[in-house]
Order: sequence, then structure tokens, then C-alpha cells
Amino acid sequence: MTDYWDPLIERMPVDELKKVQEEKLVQLVHYVYNHSIFYRKRFDKAGISPDDINSLADITRLPFTTKQDLRDTYPTGMFCVPKKMVVRYHASSGTTGKPTVVGYTQNDINEWTISLARALTSIGIGREDVVQVGYGYGLFTGGLGLHYGAEMVGASAIPTSSGNTERQIELMQDLGSTVIACTPSYFLHMSEVVNKLGINFKDDTELKCGVFGAEPWSQEMRQRIEKQTGIKAYDIFGTSEISGPLFTECTYQDGIHIWADQFLIEVIDPKSGEQLPDGERGELVVTTLVKEALPLIRYRIGDLTVINSEPCKCGRTHPRIMRILGRTDDMIIVRGINVFPGQVEAVLLTIPEVAEHYQLIIDRKGELDTLTVQVEVTKDVFSDKISDLMRLENKVGKSLKTVLNLSAKVELVEPGTIPRSMGKAQRVIDKRKI
Amino acid sequence: MENKMIKQISVFAENKPARLERMTEILKLANINIRAFTIAEAGDFGVLRMVVDKPDTAHRQLNEAGFTVSETDVLGVEMSDSPGALHEIAHILGSNNINVDYAYAFVTATQKALLIIRVDNINNAITVLGNAGVVLIDMKEVEMI
Repeated sequence: MTDYWDPLIERMPVDELKKVQEEKLVQLVHYVYNHSIFYRKRFDKAGISPDDINSLADITRLPFTTKQDLRDTYPTGMFCVPKKMVVRYHASSGTTGKPTVVGYTQNDINEWTISLARALTSIGIGREDVVQVGYGYGLFTGGLGLHYGAEMVGASAIPTSSGNTERQIELMQDLGSTVIACTPSYFLHMSEVVNKLGINFKDDTELKCGVFGAEPWSQEMRQRIEKQTGIKAYDIFGTSEISGPLFTECTYQDGIHIWADQFLIEVIDPKSGEQLPDGERGELVVTTLVKEALPLIRYRIGDLTVINSEPCKCGRTHPRIMRILGRTDDMIIVRGINVFPGQVEAVLLTIPEVAEHYQLIIDRKGELDTLTVQVEVTKDVFSDKISDLMRLENKVGKSLKTVLNLSAKVELVEPGTIPRSMGKAQRVIDKRKI
Repeated sequence: MENKMIKQISVFAENKPARLERMTEILKLANINIRAFTIAEAGDFGVLRMVVDKPDTAHRQLNEAGFTVSETDVLGVEMSDSPGALHEIAHILGSNNINVDYAYAFVTATQKALLIIRVDNINNAITVLGNAGVVLIDMKEVEMI
């Protein structure tokens, strides 16, 4: 039994959906051209007039936008509405460069919330639920985004934000939270604290599912979380530039549904910029079809994924993106070989003796890059024999070598020594000075 | 058989400064007396092994402090403090095809020597050592060393 927030739109036949997208795209190019000096210049430079865009296929004629454009026009140079129309701002932390600012009209907030209402409904969250929002509230879009979405579907939202874990667990028990929304790494930390308190999610809380995102996590991590805690773990996706958290999987856990009446997605070859067909892995590019304050045309999000346009078993016809495999900018190159932290995670979590926490340390000794993978030894399997521990190191090293085609030094570390994160986990430490 | 075994506490530790300090502080605060102690190192990590007077308390306290700790059954073999004593024990085990995983020894206050061993077949070792008239100490005796 699947519930829909808006069955007419969510189950709209694909060709009708494409017509809706086409109409909105044509309107959008006129809208941005007429409301933003940035887009006008960009189109003129590319020799494109809004009148050239008449079909979905024409989208490939439009130039890309990037995070760098948002930085270059900081704070509001890409906005298409006067400031008095803006009802809210969010901003990125700027940890990887100059911060970026996003703005929302009232309608933008509504559309964002509708997107999440559809998503949360698709994983069975409704009036009966208590949603504990463990994403940060504030300039980060995670907390407020989930909060509004949960309220719209009639659930009770608990704005715990991140941190203060024991208090979170107490509230979870006292208020009967059925859903936890946070980063997967924070949930792992929460699980550790739950264990330490001598309780478990299954018997001592009402928790039935988690809405996990804001950092890449693997299918293996999902299986572990589900097995260890007995809850369903769902993937949520979105990024502040396109509003915030927007999309989730449905209960079939077979790809994240992207609402095609609001967003148009493509996957491109990150090097050539050429659009790739369905099923091919590449960089995700998003065009916002209904945003007013900060519409983005062919925005290169940087996440690597695969599009699946087949209607889902749940009945929804909108395209899905398969699990985010990493980002073009979190790919690390070690001795000329591309490594994604997600690949390493997938390998590690197939080895039962290894805990969920890990860190990659890249260094350079002389001319040679070194990759060290630190993993925590779980208490349950600690053998007092050195030979067993050495065997474990070798086993991890061999599995990594098979998948990465790269030798990594494996270091066993004590549980709890890899820093726990309240937000996005820092999986990679690059000490190379290049 | 049980009372012929002693409980050894093993702790996983990264090979870096202050790990031993931290661990011994916990034992000190719990008023645990260490009877025998050794560190085996393997590159970036090591295993600390010890025989203490209150193994269960030590285990619990270290565990609560976040250490990876386990209890292992080992044998405390009493030897005379004289040349050839270790060879005698090694001969009994060797000729009965019992493998020693690791061992460490110390001299006690009672003019005896004590050998702590972990073997691949502990029950077998208890039998063959017993048959040869070798004394194995139990936990009560550990407390009194």
C-alpha cells in the first residue's frame, strides 16, 4: 500500500510530465533572461536567445552554472527577484571557499516544502509520526527544510538540531519519536551512545525509520544500520543551492525520486560536458523549473550518479537517481588512481570485524603518495592474539587492493578514536602539500 | 579444569604516547593490583596483557572507559627458580604436541618462578602438566602472590 501526497502529479504519465517540463523550461529561460543581468550576459556570451529554447532537447544548448558562479556573484548577484520578495536566506558554511547565499520567495519555500511532503509521504511518514530533526538548524538548510516538510505532512516535528546526544535520546524515548532525520554518521554516534546507556532502539524507542543524508553513504552502511538497529534507513538528497533537502527514496529503496515538475535533471560527462544517456554514470546537473528567487539553469551539483527513468514499483513516474556515489570534488587521486571515500566504505563494511567509523589519510613521502586507512577494531571481535589482528589488517588491505587497485596501509585503531561528527563526517585527511 | 585456569586481561592499544598511562590510571583508581604484565607490539598497535588480582573489575572498568578489552583463559605454571625449569615445562608441552601461543614469566616473592602461557589446547595442557606433577596456580593464589 503506497500513499501519495499528490497522486495526480506523482503518477502522471511520463510523456505528460515531459510536456509540463518543456513548458516550464521555455518559461524559465525567458524569466531568467528578463530578470537577471547575470543570465542575460551568460546567454548573450553563449550566443543563445531565450527564443532558441523550444523543446527539452534544446537544453543542451544552454550554458552550465556552477558553485563558482554563486561565489563570483556573492551575495545575491544571481537573484531574479528584488530583495523585498525574499522571505528567507540560507548560506553555506564556506568551508571549501567563499560562502554562497541562497534566497527564497514565499513560493520557493512552499515548493520546497511540497517536495519534501511528497518524499516523506513516500516513505510512509504522516500524521501519526513524530519526526526528530537532528540536522543542524540555522544557515544550514537541513534542519529547517525537514522541519517544514514534517509539519506539512501533519507529523510532529522535534527540532533537536544536532549534538547533545544523550538529551536527544531522552527526548526520543519520552516523546516517542518514530523518525530520526540526521546524517548517517551522526546516527552511528547516537547508536553508540544508546548502547552505552544500556538500551536499544528496538525495545526502548518507537523509532521505525531514519532519513539520512547530507553526506554520501553506501548501501553497505544502510544494511548495517538496518541490521543493528532494526529501523529502515532511507536516503535523502538535496543541496542548499537548489533549496536544501528535497528528495528521498520511497519504501522500495530503489533510487531517489526527483520531482520532474519542479526540477529537470541530466547526467553529463564531467570532462566533456556532454549529456549522457540514462543508466550511464556521470555528474548530476539540475535545472530548477519553479524557483523564483534563485533559479538555476543546468547547475553542476558535482554529485556523481546514474539516472533511471523507468517508473518505480511504487507507481511514481518521476525519474530516479541511484545512490549518490560520491562527488566530483571529493574524489581523491592517489598515485594517479581515482579513489572515492564511498568505495572504501563499501569495502570496509563487508568485513564484519570492522566498525562503521573509518578515515582515509593521504600523505606524500618523497615523490610517492601514501594512502592509510584507519579502521576501528570492534570490541566483540577483539582477539588477544597478535596474529589474528595482523590477519585482519591483511584481510582489509587485500579487499581494498582488489577494489581500488591500489595498495593501502591499514591501521587498526582503538574504538572511539576516529572523531565522531555531529554533522557531516570528515572521512578524508589530505596531508599532501602539493 | 576451570579452577586450574587464570584469567588474563588483554587490551588493544594503539602504539602511541600516553595510552599506557591512561590505562594504568584506570586500574589505579579501581585499586587493581597487577601481578604480571607484558606488552606485545606489532607496528602501529600492540596488545597489553596482564594478570591482576580482580580481573572482572578490571575488565569492567576498562570496558567502561572505552578500551577494547577481553578476558582470556591462560595457565599460571609454577616453576622452581632454577636452571632448566622452563625447559622442563616446554618439554612436557612439546612432547604432547601442545603449541604455546605466547608466554611471559616472572619470579614471585615465594622464591618460585611463574610462567603465564596461552596454549592452543588448554584442557589438554592442564591434563599433561598435571600428570607430570606440575603445579598450576588458580585465581585465589594469584590474589596472594
